[in-house]
Parts: sequence; structure tokens; C-alpha cells
Amino acid sequence: MSLLTVSGLTLKMQKRTILDQIEFTIQPGQIVTLIGPNGAGKSSLIRCILGLQKYQKGNVTIQPGARIGYMPQKMHVEQSLPITVDRFLSLGPKSSKDDRLAALQRVSVDHIAESPLQTISGGEQQRVLLARAILNKPQLMILDEPAQGVDINGQAELYQLVQSIRDELGCGVLMVSHDLHLVMAATDQVLCLNHHICCSGHPDEVTRSDEYISIFGPQKIHPMLAHYTHHHDHTHDLHGDCQHEGHPSDQTMAKSHSHTEGQKHA
Amino acid sequence: MPEFMLYALLGGLGIALMAGPLGCFVVWRKMAYFGDTLAHSALLGIALGLLLEINLMLAVTAGCVLLATSLVILHSRTIAMDTLLGIMSHTTLSLGLLVTAMMDDVRIDLMAYLFGDLLSVEPFDLYWIAALSVIIIGLLVKLWQGLLSITLQPELAAAEGYKVQWLQWILMIMIAVVIALAMKIVGILLITSLLIIPPAIARVLSKSPEQMAVIATLFGMLAVCSGLAGSWFMDLPAGPAIVTSAGMMFLITHSLVRLIQGQQN
Repeated sequence: MSLLTVSGLTLKMQKRTILDQIEFTIQPGQIVTLIGPNGAGKSSLIRCILGLQKYQKGNVTIQPGARIGYMPQKMHVEQSLPITVDRFLSLGPKSSKDDRLAALQRVSVDHIAESPLQTISGGEQQRVLLARAILNKPQLMILDEPAQGVDINGQAELYQLVQSIRDELGCGVLMVSHDLHLVMAATDQVLCLNHHICCSGHPDEVTRSDEYISIFGPQKIHPMLAHYTHHHDHTHDLHGDCQHEGHPSDQTMAKSHSHTEGQKHA
Repeated sequence: MPEFMLYALLGGLGIALMAGPLGCFVVWRKMAYFGDTLAHSALLGIALGLLLEINLMLAVTAGCVLLATSLVILHSRTIAMDTLLGIMSHTTLSLGLLVTAMMDDVRIDLMAYLFGDLLSVEPFDLYWIAALSVIIIGLLVKLWQGLLSITLQPELAAAEGYKVQWLQWILMIMIAVVIALAMKIVGILLITSLLIIPPAIARVLSKSPEQMAVIATLFGMLAVCSGLAGSWFMDLPAGPAIVTSAGMMFLITHSLVRLIQGQQN
């Protein structure tokens, strides 16, 4: 049985069709990335799956008893509420102090456990939210734009982190992302959403499909593919230094970097 | 100490006990205007209570609870919450004034309701305050995690299984009850300050939400004691005396904290 099965899901809001006949499944250990332009219904789909949004037609079936870890989009923390990172985590699934420290350690932010939630950086905040999502050792993780507001190096790191957590827990992952190029390496399947699922499959296939190109434009294919290989070549550590794993020539790297720059301005 | 003074003191302390933690949520969730709206509607409750000849505190409590509920129901995407609150606040206040104006045979002392009247606190009110303090503190302890969760991140709380709307409604009802109970002691126009000032003092002194709730309660109680003392020894009106002493404490603590932080830097 699949971990998550979505079939014929249709959502209408104020007579507009937000989601149209959505079908897909997630298996244990599989990372599925949902991409699509702004307003494509990505967050609505997540809300339907989590049971936060009523929909008109279709079914969402989650394997009975499966633990779910959810990471919302960026969080606004009210200044008037004094709270430490550790206390914030303790509001989530039942956990001991050691569990929480272990979760923070897993996402490499254990040094801020006792810091006020308001004083941590955007990247740290995303990691804290991720720590809260893995606190109950979930079988299904649902991450809504986990890398939002994080710089490019940080994003790549975060996606690698998601991938390695998946490897450890063997959980299925549904992840939302704006664009594909950074997530590609960490994804088994891509669903391209624009109210309906316009194409799906392995990241390589999707980027070559006509539907994908019609939404994201052809000019983005090459930089993305370049970036894809680039991310298999090396990683960035916390200080942003390159750590080479393969044998890329300096020339290729320079090229892929310039492509990323170009894409950012496009 | 005369009996009425003892009643006022006990009643005031009971209210401060509830207002501390609930006031924290008012501050965290930016609900000050909500408090004002409920307070303004209290006059309508008083008028209707006099008209129907039922206990005023019961009438006001019922009125506030009803208003809080109707706010939840009327709340929609097309009208912003502050607009809705503005409409309800002034409509209910005006309606209250109209009803009182139409009652020829009853003379009511508006000033007493607007600014509080210690002499009006009766033993029955005290039982009422005691019973509701127990219920509200019990509810707060039981629902604390959930209330904090929906305040920090409602989406996450909902995904983790908390009933967000139900918790919001319970919170509003509890605030409505405290406002209704505090009416006799501090008065309609000053109630919100009792909810806001003690948490605002506590904020700079606390590192956790629980600490803030406890410190706010203590400062609320201190304000009630010093205000009533001022009323007793200097013949000041009680409501304004309580609120003024809370305001002074706010100024003093914030100045001191600034001063200490300034020296550290």
C-alpha cells in the first residue's frame, strides 16, 4: 500500500478551480517534489492533504497510523512572546529534552536551543521548523517550501539534509518548491502543478517535456541541467566554501556559477 | 477595613489572577481592540439586565459571551477584523445608551459603570468571581500548550491536531468573562488596560511564556492592591487609581530595564 494516495482531488474556491483532478502517490522512501508557478495551488494541495482545507471531490488516503511531520512556510514570530527554541519545539509532538536536542543536532543548530526564537536567523528558523517536523520520527514528511528565504548555498544544504533524513528514517517526503534547479538532485519524482498536474516523472524527463517548457520557458533548461551536475560535483559547507567530491574542472564550475547568476536575474 | 473594601480587594485579586495569563494572549495575539469592543458592549448588557431585572454581572457576562461568539460567526474574508470590531463596538455602545435613555423609571449612574464603583461589589459577585477563576485557571492550564501553539503558528498547530477555531473561541469567551467580571471594579472604559499593562510590564522581565503569565499576574495584583489603597487612604476613584498605578509600574520597569541594558552595553 502506498504511504499517501491522492485521487481525483478537486478544489474550488469562489467558483475558481484551484485544483483539478489531482492524482499521485508517494511510497515509503520516495521524495516527491511539487513545483509550479505562484498561485498554481501548491500550498492548497498541501493543505488538502493535511486536512486543513475542505475540498469538493476526490480522496486523500494516508496509510493508517502513519506519523506525519509537517514543516510550514516561514513563520512569523511575535516579538511580544518570550520563547526559546527548545520551548517552541516542546509545543510539537510529545518529546523529551534529549529528543529535542537530538533533533536540533540532526539539523546542525543545537547551539541555539536556549536562544530566544526571535533572535535566530532565517536559515536557522527553517532548520528549527525542520527539527520540529522530524521530532516524532515521521513516516511521511510534508515540507512547504523548506528553503524559503535561504540563500542559494543554504538551500542546497537544506535539500541535502532532507535527503539524508529520508535515508535515515526511510520516510516518504512531499516537498513544495518554487523552482526545480536546486531540488532536482534530491528528488525522485517531480509533479509540475498548474491547477492540474501538467507533467510528472523523473526530474530529467520533466525538464524536457513540452508542458514544463511552456510554463517555465525553454531558456531555463540548460542552466538547470548545468546546475544539476554542478550539485553532484561539490557541496557548500556552512561557511560557503566548496567541498569537492568528484573531479570537476574549474572551468565547468565557473560556467555553472555564471548560469545560476544569469537565471537569478531572468 | 469595612466590608465593601474587603469585597473589592478580593474581587480585584481574583480578576488579576485571571487577567494575567489571559492578558498575555491579548498582547501576543494583538487583541486589545477586541477587549475594548467587548467592554463597550457591556453597557448594553447592563441596560438589558436592568430591563429584564436580572443580576447585572450575569447579564453582562452573557452579553459579552454572545458578542464574542457572534464575532467568530460574522468574521469573513471580505470585512477585516478591525472594521468588524469597530462596527460592533460602537453599535453596541450606542444601543446600550439608547436602551438606558428609554428606561424612564430607572435612573442609572453611568459614571459608576464607565469608571467602576467599589461600593457596588456584593458577596454574590465574589462567589461568581471565585467560581469563574477556578474554571478559567483550570482551562488555561489544560489548554496551555494548544493555546500557545495556535498563537505561534496556527497552521502547524492545526496539522498537529489542535482544533484551532475551537481554541480561539474558548480564548475569546474567557476574555469576555474576565471583562464582564472586572466591570464593577475598574469600569467599562478601563478594563482593557488591566489585561494589557501587566503583561507589557512582564514582557521585559521574562524568558518564557509561563514566566510572563506569572509575572503579569503578580503585577496585576500589585496594581489592584496599590490602587485600592489609594482609594482608601486618599479617597481616589478605584478604577482610575488601579490603572494609573499599573501604568506607573510599566514606566518604572521599562525605564529601569533600559537603564540596566544601557549600562551593560
